Amino acid sequence: MGLTGLFLISFLVVHSGINACIWANDHGEMFNKAAHFMGASVVIRILENGLFVGFIIHIVQGFILVAKNRSRRKIGYQVALGNRGSRWYSRSMGLLGTLILLFLVLHLYHFWTPSRLGGYFNIHELQPVAYENGKEIHNLYAEMLQVFQGNSPVVLIYVLGCFSLSFHLMHGFQSAFRTLGLHNQRYVVIVKTVGTLYSIIIPLALAMMPLSIYFHWVN
Amino acid sequence: MEHYKMNLTLKVWRQKNHQDKGQFVTYQVAGISSEMSFLEMFDVLNENLIEEGKEPIAFDHDCREGICGTCSMYINGRPHGPWQGTTTCQLHMRAFKDGDTIVVEPWRANAFPVVKDLIVDRSAFDRIIQAGGFISVNTGNAVDGNTLPIEKSRADESFAAAACIGCGACVAACKNSSAMLFVSAKVSHLALLPQGEPEKHSRVLNMITHMDKEGFGACSNTGACEAVCPKEISLDNIARLNMEYLGSSLTMDK
Amino acid sequence: MLNSKIPAGPLEDKWMNYKSTCKLVNPANKRKLEIIVVGTGLAGASAAASLGELGYKVKCYCFQDSPRRAHSIAAQGGINASKNYQNDGDSVFRLFYDTIKGGDYRSREGNVHRLAEVSGNIIDQCVAQGVPFAREYGGLLSNRSFGGTLVQRTFYAAGQTGQQLLIGAYQALERQVALGNVKMYNRHEMLDVVMIDGKARGIIVRDLITGKLERHFAHAVLLCSGGYGNVFYLSTNAMGSNVTAAWKAHKKGAYFANPCYTQIHPTCIPVTGDHQSKLTLMSESLRNDGRIWVPLKKGDDRKPTQIPENERDYYLERRYPAYGNLVPRDVASRAAKERCDEGYGVGSSRQAVYLDFATAIHRYGLMEAGKQGIENADADTIIKLGREVVKEKYGNLFDMYEKITGENPYLVPMRIYPAVHYTMGGLWVDYELMTNIPGLYCLGEANFSDHGANRLGASALMQGLADGYFVIPYTIGNYLANEIRTENIPTDHPAFVEAEKAVSDRISRLMNIKGNQSVESFHKRLGKIMWNKCGMARNADGLKEAIGEIRTLREEFWRDLKIPGDINDLNPELDKAGRVADFMELAELICIDALDRNESCGGHFREEYQTPEGEALRRDDQYQYVAAWELQGENKWELHKEELEFEVAKPSQRSYK
Repeated sequence: MGLTGLFLISFLVVHSGINACIWANDHGEMFNKAAHFMGASVVIRILENGLFVGFIIHIVQGFILVAKNRSRRKIGYQVALGNRGSRWYSRSMGLLGTLILLFLVLHLYHFWTPSRLGGYFNIHELQPVAYENGKEIHNLYAEMLQVFQGNSPVVLIYVLGCFSLSFHLMHGFQSAFRTLGLHNQRYVVIVKTVGTLYSIIIPLALAMMPLSIYFHWVN
Repeated sequence: MEHYKMNLTLKVWRQKNHQDKGQFVTYQVAGISSEMSFLEMFDVLNENLIEEGKEPIAFDHDCREGICGTCSMYINGRPHGPWQGTTTCQLHMRAFKDGDTIVVEPWRANAFPVVKDLIVDRSAFDRIIQAGGFISVNTGNAVDGNTLPIEKSRADESFAAAACIGCGACVAACKNSSAMLFVSAKVSHLALLPQGEPEKHSRVLNMITHMDKEGFGACSNTGACEAVCPKEISLDNIARLNMEYLGSSLTMDK
Repeated sequence: MLNSKIPAGPLEDKWMNYKSTCKLVNPANKRKLEIIVVGTGLAGASAAASLGELGYKVKCYCFQDSPRRAHSIAAQGGINASKNYQNDGDSVFRLFYDTIKGGDYRSREGNVHRLAEVSGNIIDQCVAQGVPFAREYGGLLSNRSFGGTLVQRTFYAAGQTGQQLLIGAYQALERQVALGNVKMYNRHEMLDVVMIDGKARGIIVRDLITGKLERHFAHAVLLCSGGYGNVFYLSTNAMGSNVTAAWKAHKKGAYFANPCYTQIHPTCIPVTGDHQSKLTLMSESLRNDGRIWVPLKKGDDRKPTQIPENERDYYLERRYPAYGNLVPRDVASRAAKERCDEGYGVGSSRQAVYLDFATAIHRYGLMEAGKQGIENADADTIIKLGREVVKEKYGNLFDMYEKITGENPYLVPMRIYPAVHYTMGGLWVDYELMTNIPGLYCLGEANFSDHGANRLGASALMQGLADGYFVIPYTIGNYLANEIRTENIPTDHPAFVEAEKAVSDRISRLMNIKGNQSVESFHKRLGKIMWNKCGMARNADGLKEAIGEIRTLREEFWRDLKIPGDINDLNPELDKAGRVADFMELAELICIDALDRNESCGGHFREEYQTPEGEALRRDDQYQYVAAWELQGENKWELHKEELEFEVAKPSQRSYK
């Protein structure tokens, strides 16, 4: 779990970095270029497959782990230890992960399928857009506007997804390092601090995307 | 310290034997002194039950000074009750007030089957130790104790891990019923000492394999074990174990 | 006739000579020889592990749920060894001499010298096992002084030395279990020794979970079942500590030696009420800085902090100006009892005295202020600085006290009272640790051998491990070498059947009393008789009364005992009933022994035999012997004397003036 988790954590940095391009306020030009680069490069496409594998391993392993761990106590307690021993989100990684998974399905449907599979299987194609070199690329930015603008339920789901992600990371980030054996006091403190900041900043950045578009903070 | 008397309602798990389904039974105890220990309150209850011709509640206890690790009650949702760093036998009744209801359950984990009432079978811990929780040195082989200087901080850290009393509170508190804190305390105790070096790889692999075999869950680092440990064994030991485990799995052939 | 089998020759060569000449068993034969070890404390676990390593087939039993729970685990202070790492003049001879003298010249020179000789090996062995002893910054082992010895020879692991040593032995034991050399039986209680042709050949045990009786054969049986302090009901022993294994052996003919020697520790947390189930000891190092006092006025109900200095009686400083609060354990204990008996006791039970750190806090505060260069420090600063120093030295003990009593000892004086803590007496054994029954051995606190009438601090752990690691592996071979032709005796042998039937009958008898009183209530009453009349100070009249009262109580016990539950079930009340029944018999023997010993020595103080200053008066001319009692029938014992000879350590009177 730890290894795949860290791999996915590194992916999130890239993801939120590219997303942040919308705040260039250039009608999505920078964002579309970045997205195109990610889509066009062979290397990245190969990595993308790796990412899928990472996700699947993380998810499958997670479900198996949760199921197995739950089965270790057939008869439960009348009174739960609850927050006296641990944080609620540390105990709810399975639930948070499932919420993220559900969100992920919707998210892929919104953006990944049209940009990668558009034109096949009756999936609508992204509009093209051309910049200075005249070459047409997908206008993913336009798709975003379409998905988020005026569509408050979707925006809400995205924000909730980011909340789940935040708490998932709040435990997952430092837990991954522990699982890999980090126990030096100095580094534990650093990892905890970085982990907390990361778990707040990255999901916040991701959540700001639909919010910015919904509230017309970018154009 | 002002002392006071209290009347309490106790909801205690009663289970005739391993096969029995078991259920909670409610008891009233009166005139409990705040100076009593929690187990002495149980003594009073048991004396009452005997008086009434009923079978007393079976519970594990021995030294009653917090070191043997025998006592094992899950009190109001927390192993060993509300006090930090305290075993059930050292918990005193001033932690409660008149009119309180106290729910007492046995440790719950498949690997710790209930034997009777509040007594569980913790022999799985012994078998984990058998899997590698030792240094293989026969009596008489030893060299002079001072031939091998050990850095004080390492010796102290090793001692802190060795303070584990094997009570099983960590398993009881863990949502996964994992025994990682127990195993890691032993692995750390021995891995931190040069004497433990020759067997460090096989030790950690065998102990973890055996922990799984006994039916304990896996660790998800929630920290509940550390929070309830009466000897306040650090969660860092688990991280150390993970490192030992990773290193060993990469280097060992089996 | 008692033959202690002390090897001939000069004291320092005895053990060496013995080891060089004792019989050995070849490895192929060891595999065929079975040994039973009862108890898994330091003595039992170390013996079982070592014998397993040698290749014997070992079966090991404990009544607890795991061998790691044995009460050796509760020892705090440390373990002595004559390593002389501190270059302060320690030697095997000094450790030997201190132990003999501390035991008030009532132990065997040969045994004690051997103990001192192997003490160093114990430390080496434990270090090799990974016992995390305290260390200095240079990485070498640390020592502290203990119990008023003049050298620093005590090795320790914070306040948990017993725990660490036991875990070391337990791990060695579990390793042998994993290797198949030892078979471990948890939650099994030994209830009889099986004798065939005059030799111990096995035991009857009860599986405490199913209640079933089992027969187990062995070529030799080792009892490592600890002390019998719980005969006093309240003691620092664990709740389960009992005399049953040793007592069953006694009933089968093994002599019980010096049962009256009881060590009473002065600094324990006092009893709070009738509900009290056990007592907790605090290291006696507290007396280095604490001052012991009671109010000058009887029944003074004021808070201790409200009693002015001139209305306090620092009775130890008053009576023993030279040693003050640092008088030996027995003296301090008796003085506390005397004050409380006179009505000066404090606390709600009036069975306690104050141990006050105010003076020490003030003194350390001044010193600290001086060190830090604070001039004209105000009272608050001094107290604050002083408390920090005291916390540094005794923090863990203060915390433990606060946890149990709810009182903050930095602000109010501690209340302390003496409590039974260790029993020097036990089964009589010879130099080879064999009782007078061939093939039946006794190790650790359960035997009588090494501490005489009084045990020095940090010596119990040393003796337990010496017996198990370094003595029994040699001496048992000397016996088993003659047993290699003894085939395993099947457990349907009539002796096994008969022994099991006797055990079964007794259990049924207990269950069928169906009276009205619980085991606990009888145990409490027994404890009160013993504590009041055979406790810290004894006299002939009291002891005679006690014997009568014990007999009456025993009769009532067998008439009115109530045990709920079933025989074939986990039944803690039944387990306890069997143990208390044995305590009832032992209690009488303790009193008889105390009555017979018309002298005061070590842990036995007879009020009739004291110096004008109130010190113990030993009578070497008449009582320089081990009293070994043979059971002759119900309530009848015959005394066998083993005269003690002191060739090297010549007896002298203890003095604290």
